[in-house]
Amino acid sequence: MPRIIKDGAVVEDGWNGRLLDLESYNTAVGNGDAPAENIGVLLEPGEEPAGIEGDLTAIPLIAINFPVFTDGRGFSYARELRQRGYGGEIRAVGSFIRDQLAYLTRCGVNSFAFDADMDLEAALASLQGFSDHYQADVLQSEPLFRRR
Amino acid sequence: MYIYDEIDQRIIDDRVAQYRDQTQRYLAGEISDAEFLPLRLQNGLYVQRLAPMLRIAIPYGMLSTRQLRKLAQISRDYDKGYGHISTRQNMQLNWPLLEDVPDILAELASVEMHAIQTSGNCIRNTTTDQFAGVAPDELEDPRPWCEIIRQWSTFHPEFAFLPRKFKIAVCASETDRAAIHAHDIGLELVPNEAGEIGFKVLAGGGLGRTPVIGQVICEWLEKKHLLTYLESILRVYNQLGRRDNKYKARIKILVKAMGVDAFRERVEQEWEALKDGPATLTNEAIARARSYFTEPDYQALPADADNAGLQAQLAENPDFERWYRHNTLPHRVQGYRIVNLSLKATGYAPGDISDTQMEAVADLADAYSFGEVRTTHQQNLVLADVAGQDLLKVWEVLTQLGLATPNIGHITDIICCPGGDYCSLANAKSIPVAEAIQERFENLDYLYDLGPIDLNISGCMNACGHHHIGHIGILGVDKKGAEFYQVSLGGHQGKDASLGKILGPSFEQDAMPGVIEKLLETYVELRTGEEQFLDTYRRVGIDPFKERVYAQDH
Repeated sequence: MPRIIKDGAVVEDGWNGRLLDLESYNTAVGNGDAPAENIGVLLEPGEEPAGIEGDLTAIPLIAINFPVFTDGRGFSYARELRQRGYGGEIRAVGSFIRDQLAYLTRCGVNSFAFDADMDLEAALASLQGFSDHYQADVLQSEPLFRRR
Repeated sequence: MYIYDEIDQRIIDDRVAQYRDQTQRYLAGEISDAEFLPLRLQNGLYVQRLAPMLRIAIPYGMLSTRQLRKLAQISRDYDKGYGHISTRQNMQLNWPLLEDVPDILAELASVEMHAIQTSGNCIRNTTTDQFAGVAPDELEDPRPWCEIIRQWSTFHPEFAFLPRKFKIAVCASETDRAAIHAHDIGLELVPNEAGEIGFKVLAGGGLGRTPVIGQVICEWLEKKHLLTYLESILRVYNQLGRRDNKYKARIKILVKAMGVDAFRERVEQEWEALKDGPATLTNEAIARARSYFTEPDYQALPADADNAGLQAQLAENPDFERWYRHNTLPHRVQGYRIVNLSLKATGYAPGDISDTQMEAVADLADAYSFGEVRTTHQQNLVLADVAGQDLLKVWEVLTQLGLATPNIGHITDIICCPGGDYCSLANAKSIPVAEAIQERFENLDYLYDLGPIDLNISGCMNACGHHHIGHIGILGVDKKGAEFYQVSLGGHQGKDASLGKILGPSFEQDAMPGVIEKLLETYVELRTGEEQFLDTYRRVGIDPFKERVYAQDH
């Protein structure tokens, strides 16, 4: 089983459902086949969370693809999914890099499946690093100026 | 000025450790060049023609003397003993070693400084009026707002991988000295009908390859909503800005493509979800930011006109009088002057300052200007609070330092990027062109007769030298491998901002002083009374200038 980083730890990937692209997923919603326990959605850059049809909160896994790590749209998608009340797993997939883990986590991504070979244990260090942040984020609901 | 508390300091220290780790992993081959690129850029590190270039953040241009002395020491210990003031009010070092940068950042952190987000596709240093807090035409001090924006934009998790760089400027005065129309977001403090001060928000301005004047997307925004509104704009841009072509990736292209009304609508839609949320500013947060920008301990002093000592000094010393007239400005508080230090002496690259000059300026600021120094987007320095009776002494020291060239606002006070001498993006050199023009216009009587003229030079389309908004703009272009220069006229950076219009075919480097001279002769012939260059240009248009410059010799 492939290993991933999830909720701050290296774990075996327990997901054994299917990931549908947005169009197929919305078709499945239309057919009454989704949401379902074993069906997740894969968002590509350019596919905003608002385009996901049906009950968002019932989706078990939403993957956000990073075809290139410099395309930062997924950061906003994760944030927006959490803002819309999505509480399930948000997984970064593709070519994101280890040095983006902290920002992605703060935006609401809680699992990471690297395309590239990666020393996952070493990568965990990139989740740490900063003891505080100025902005509110999904981990800290109050910006620093409200806590000073 | 703003002083770090324990949390600010910890965040900066954390960053040094993080970047040290990233540099070590890069040097060990664990991070590829492509992956390291945005990491180093977001720490201000470029790899240039001859060496890396490190851009150090000077938030909204404010420096304590302790910080300026540290910059002097760093430039001496890690570089060649000088720094360059950029048009974002930052300081660039041209020769640091990549391996040394973590140590440089640690040195900076020891005086509450950093290089965070000074380049890369993220939110850059917020700039403002270099005369903030002392300008007579100011509605309120913009610096607390700049600091609030600095904190909000520092390590914002959502906006570190934007389509392109993102620049914000704030103006709080009648005259716009921050070029807010040429920024991705321009903020202007304005009263509403009830007299309450809020923000007018402009978006989609920018220079670069496609210069655009920003458009108003919100006429008046209540102050407490500042951050949620900015966040909404950035979120729209992050999602919809183009990423397929870096030359079409700035927000200005998005605003144009969508149309300002549709863009505004989309921002308002995002704002619905964020408005009144946790990022809404509290009165306490605003008061806290303001508490760092209180008045220094001003003395009750006579107005300059009633200051017999100063008047006698001015009468006795024409050089001092000339400097007083051209390089100092009226202050909000009676008896004080704003003093501009010209980094535009002929023979020195515009904006460059040596380590010993930095230290001497720090000494001057400690003695005569409450221990603070400012950098300007015109690439000069400012001592903002000099008492009338101290001006002669300050002038004498500045003269010895070569920082008293009485040319502020005149044609030799050139804004100029480092150009092809340093920058790997440049098409052409810019420093030698600036120098040749400065040499041609060394006669001060002629300089003053020409009146205020902004001459801005960029070595390439990226427009670091703001050539589009110079009354006279010069752009370095590549013509079949040779360096040529295109001239534009009529740009302006004020509230009535305009973009320069291209004069015609470009010129060789040697021809440039002569071309500028012909333009100015044309102006002198056509002006009426006290009319300034820009006004004459706006009245007569580009044709008379074009005819003169391109006329065949008989």
